Amino acid sequence: MDLSAINPILFVAGFFVAATPLIFAAIGELVVERTGVLNLGVEGMMIIGAICGFAVAVETGSPLLGFGAAAIGGAVLSLLFAFLTQVMLANQVASGLALTLFGLGFSALLGQSYVGVKPPRMADMNFGPLAEIPVIGPVFLSHDIIVYLGLALVACVWAVLKFTRAGLVLRAVGENHDAAHALGFKVKRIRTLAIMFGGACAGVGGAYISLIRVPQWTEGMTAGVGWIALALVVFASWKPFRLLLGAYLFGGLVQLQLNLQGAGVAIPVEYLAMSPYVITIVVLVFLSRSKSAAPGSLGRIFHASS
Amino acid sequence: MTEPLLSLTSLTKAYPGVVANSDVSLSIAAGEVHALLGENGAGKSTLVKMIYGLVKPDSGQMRMNGQNYAPAEPRAARAAGVGMVFQHFSLFDAMSVAENIALGMENAPKLSALSAQISAVSETYGLPLSPDRIVGDLSAGERQRVEIIRCLLQEPKLLIMDEPTSVLTPQEVDILFKTLRKLSAEGTAILYISHKLEEIRTLCDSATILRLGKVVGHCTPRETTASEMAEMMVGKLLQAPTRAGQTAGDVVLGLTGLSAPAPNAFGMSLKEISLELRAGEVLGIGGVAGNGQDELLAALSGERPVAQGMISYKGEDIGPLGPTARRQRGLLSAPEERMGHAAAPDMTLTENAMLTGAAREGLEKRGFLDWPAATRFAERIIERFDVRTPGPTAAARSLSGGNLQKFVIGREVLQKPDVFVVNQPTWGVDASAAAAIRQALLDLAQNGAALVVISQDLDELMEISDRFAALNEGRLSVPRPAQGITVEEIGLMMGGAHGMEVAHV
Repeated sequence: MDLSAINPILFVAGFFVAATPLIFAAIGELVVERTGVLNLGVEGMMIIGAICGFAVAVETGSPLLGFGAAAIGGAVLSLLFAFLTQVMLANQVASGLALTLFGLGFSALLGQSYVGVKPPRMADMNFGPLAEIPVIGPVFLSHDIIVYLGLALVACVWAVLKFTRAGLVLRAVGENHDAAHALGFKVKRIRTLAIMFGGACAGVGGAYISLIRVPQWTEGMTAGVGWIALALVVFASWKPFRLLLGAYLFGGLVQLQLNLQGAGVAIPVEYLAMSPYVITIVVLVFLSRSKSAAPGSLGRIFHASS
Repeated sequence: MTEPLLSLTSLTKAYPGVVANSDVSLSIAAGEVHALLGENGAGKSTLVKMIYGLVKPDSGQMRMNGQNYAPAEPRAARAAGVGMVFQHFSLFDAMSVAENIALGMENAPKLSALSAQISAVSETYGLPLSPDRIVGDLSAGERQRVEIIRCLLQEPKLLIMDEPTSVLTPQEVDILFKTLRKLSAEGTAILYISHKLEEIRTLCDSATILRLGKVVGHCTPRETTASEMAEMMVGKLLQAPTRAGQTAGDVVLGLTGLSAPAPNAFGMSLKEISLELRAGEVLGIGGVAGNGQDELLAALSGERPVAQGMISYKGEDIGPLGPTARRQRGLLSAPEERMGHAAAPDMTLTENAMLTGAAREGLEKRGFLDWPAATRFAERIIERFDVRTPGPTAAARSLSGGNLQKFVIGREVLQKPDVFVVNQPTWGVDASAAAAIRQALLDLAQNGAALVVISQDLDELMEISDRFAALNEGRLSVPRPAQGITVEEIGLMMGGAHGMEVAHV
């Protein structure tokens, strides 16, 4: 065992990269769940985003266009979920699981000709002389733009939910859809928009894995990040900044796992790989004491019976 | 007389299989308090939903201030000056009062400015309310104030109130009426839905009576007796429940210092409840919803077992026993919520009869279910209690509220309980079914059973109780003989007006 092989600065900087796909996928799902919809298809939307982003980036040579395509791909797939659950009133859990399975299969089909291809590289942000500051520079200011976009997105979601009327209406729909309907809010429309936002975010998160973190395309490469994102939303008790904290914790665990492997520590990888779930279960046990944390209508089907 | 504020002409609305409103016409002048009377299912709710834009009429016309009025959605209705306070509050438990009110407004100001407005309006109309409190922590009366203030902030010309007093103490009702009178004096018209006739006689200027979706009469409540209005509502004379006087028997159920923690954040803990119940006696328990009624029922039924020594039944300590063990001993109960608590909505009546009847009716033999016997039991309930349904294979969900309630109560009554605990036996049930249920309860007591009837309907409690007690914040008042007790005394037992003061206007 040789822990000195771990460079603390690179290790901490790696948190950001490891956490970014989680942040995107989870903040999208947070908004969706805040409107009272439980979309278990995050993994499927992520992998569709991963392949859409990868393919477009390779074809156009522009990673940014790739991310745009990933957002569209995720949103389009989420529309399927929205159709099933909001129009056909299908069960949300079953529809979400179906979405994941469909996404995994469909992405494998789309990605057949992209196996082994190298995507164009995304440039890091140029902070000029600021990036030269020791420790702070390499840890905080040496990343690509998507990392900072993710942070900005979390702040935006927090501000919108807390300070704007749109956020208030969104929370109201998730809290009590019957009452929201009685007040004249368009429950289904708001939920569909939220689902599409969640899909777009999950898509970007997926593309971050295939374009930057790995960067290549292999089947099923999201490898459960979507599920961790779902756990993360619960872990964060539906609060954006707690979600950020959790993403770094979970991302950090992944990073730690890689580094420990590199250092030859004899802990089976599986222990670290399952730790996010164990933590989530522990948190859930504590959360279940105060049920008020979860949106009141979460997972319930809304049927306007006027 | 000048042009009315709102006039409805021949409104008709049909749902598949039922005509909710047929050719309904009425008009309301500015400043008028107009009552809409009718039994459950008479079409009152559908009518006001049309006025509030939640439902579109199939035919007919509405005119507001002399102009055509056809709101496509509640937003349009609010813009036209119509406000509505719902029977089941449309509030968001996890949000603050100010946030809840902002949600119901078109152009809500910033929360800080809104909070100031809320304080101002609540001051003016004598409805004290703190804008920062979380709605889930409020009492039913306070929740209603949230709804009312939400409407008042929009300065409505017409305020619709759907059974506003069903959850209030008499003192809270007085305060509400003062507020409504003040509003009406300022020129706001009020459409007041209720089936409490005495209330309507004190408050309303005119009344329209609906039966089976049709207008069956208009009257001036102050000049009409309650029984005349009841007759118009029901279409026939109602038989008041009767019972012969009798002496109470031995003590069958005793509570000593019954305490239990609240089941969840929005629940109520039970605090030191003690009482003795004798065979053949009906104990009525009143109180505003959310003061421990559900929790008391759960403790008595065995749904939430309590510590040893708190409940004794015929000399046996049954505190830690579960519902089935208590049922076998003869202590039966019927909770308030029909759908999902007293009955499983998607199961048939036979299956529902099996669920609570298995132990006492011998429907279960060595772990195997005797379905033919369960069907016979269900048929007996249906016949004996006049449950209107195609048969025992119908799903519980398909029954109307009143019919399902008759089934749920009948199921327990036919098992011949020695002690029967029931919460809200006639909640949401029309007058004739309610009379039948009350009569069944009285007959049960007549035959020597002891009854605990928890209800929010004071008239009902006065009608059937021998003794009366009230729940307030999880504490039970000392039971008093129901004979000769006054409404004011009851109000005080129920905890007065929850710290409300009449505004000094």
